[in-house]
Amino acid sequence: MEEKFDAIIVGAGLAGLGAAYTLAQEGLEVLLLERGDYPGSKNVSGGRIYLNPIRDMFPDLWKKAPLERHITQEGVSVMAGERSLNVSYRGEELDQEPYQSYSILRAKFDRWMAKQAERKGAMLVSRSRVDDLIIENGRVEGVYAGGDELRSHTVIACDGVLSLMAEKAGLRKPGSAGQYGVGFKEIIELDSALINERFGLEGDEGAARLFMGEVTRGKFGGGFLYTNKDSVSLGIVVGIKDLIEGQPAIQAPVLLDEFKQRPEVARLIKGGETVEYSAHVIPEGGIKALTKLSGDGILVAGDAAGFSMNIGVTVRGMEYALASGYYAAQAVIQAKAKEDFSAASLASYESMLNDSFVMQDFKNFSEAPEALENHRIYSYYPELMGSIMRDLYNVPAGSKAKLYPTIKKYLGTGELWAMFKDMRKVMKI
Amino acid sequence: MGDVQGHAEGDENMSEIMGLKAKLGLDVFKHDKEPHIKIKPGMEKDPRLKRAILVCPAGLYEENQDGEVELTIDGCLECGTCRIACGTEVLEWYYPAGGAGVQFRFG
Repeated sequence: MEEKFDAIIVGAGLAGLGAAYTLAQEGLEVLLLERGDYPGSKNVSGGRIYLNPIRDMFPDLWKKAPLERHITQEGVSVMAGERSLNVSYRGEELDQEPYQSYSILRAKFDRWMAKQAERKGAMLVSRSRVDDLIIENGRVEGVYAGGDELRSHTVIACDGVLSLMAEKAGLRKPGSAGQYGVGFKEIIELDSALINERFGLEGDEGAARLFMGEVTRGKFGGGFLYTNKDSVSLGIVVGIKDLIEGQPAIQAPVLLDEFKQRPEVARLIKGGETVEYSAHVIPEGGIKALTKLSGDGILVAGDAAGFSMNIGVTVRGMEYALASGYYAAQAVIQAKAKEDFSAASLASYESMLNDSFVMQDFKNFSEAPEALENHRIYSYYPELMGSIMRDLYNVPAGSKAKLYPTIKKYLGTGELWAMFKDMRKVMKI
Repeated sequence: MGDVQGHAEGDENMSEIMGLKAKLGLDVFKHDKEPHIKIKPGMEKDPRLKRAILVCPAGLYEENQDGEVELTIDGCLECGTCRIACGTEVLEWYYPAGGAGVQFRFG
């Protein structure tokens, strides 16, 4: 085969699509390879995308994008064994266009975005698994896919969290359990009017809720719920290391079944019909777990590079995927203009990322993974808060204890000191 | 793994909950010619492999009476958790062939 692409992109997730769209728009020869039946068919996310950081990178995209609901209601539930403390937030800024975030179903969105990239001139081949990289004299020269040898000036590895391509290129080693979580979720169909009624929404308004504590049995992680147009995405994310180490030992799928049975959750999804079950690993190791971002002839973007971040109040990955794909494309565009595809030339990807919100976020939140590793967050505090609320609201048959001593009995000097130390860690986030 | 809580233990509430097999039955799977994940020969009793029993969201790993871990590949969601948890010394791990495996309709 004589044809040589400017870029071969491995994987049509958001990183790959962001790169393909950007490259095609500038008229470069780009081949996008996707192993699934269609872009999105292998892609899973919790279900919420924040548009502000990436809006201007893809200005023409958002108006017609098949997103679900714009989120106008945020919620956190701290779950103890038999009780929960719920915080709900609404603000008028969440009701104003352009909306900050949307719930999203990736099989729909990615398939649509791939069409937009194709319209710009990208060549998409689905049902094509990349088996290996072509490496000659230490330089990546293309890929082997389904018996074909496909050559290119650059390969952009957007092959997801395990990134076998980055491994083959020697840019990373297989990940360790402490740096990853696993998410698994159900799509539960519910009538849109019923969703609006149950969550107090109107029209295309959406709700997002995070759950922490008992839902993961004290393990690092939490539950999530996002309302889609006529379904709900309900799932659990839990640290793989904590699952392995047990205490209590519990099979991951059981956590989701128990979560669904919590009265607080069961009434929200009552009458709904589960139509899909999906799962995926999530990078959660922060800046220390990022792979090398570029090599000779290869760039790594999205989950493949480790671009996903949990800071407790938000869990984000999709914006980093789209943005890193965009900057990878910019690096290739610059290299093409200079007719220099050397490793040094492609390293502009890293400097562009460094100047962008992507690396700035990873630097700002470099302490988050360790701060969130504290197991007291997932068991001790939820139980403590639940117990305090129970006693505050309790009206016994006899006389009620004074309020301050009611709280004080849970907060001796030892507890307060431990809390102070925990707080100092959390304050680093 | 005596005190592991799982579906097999017959929790009395579980009857109201859809079993894992039924849940996986909702997904679209396309047949692959050969399993894309294999337990490496001789590693069936390796302690690292037992982690997969806990972490697999599809519950595809089970321990048999001889203490060997067995993998049923049908229903694999290709999430990658077992590769991270157990490592490539005990698992031969690749993605299914192009167009095979799970095809999410919602994702």
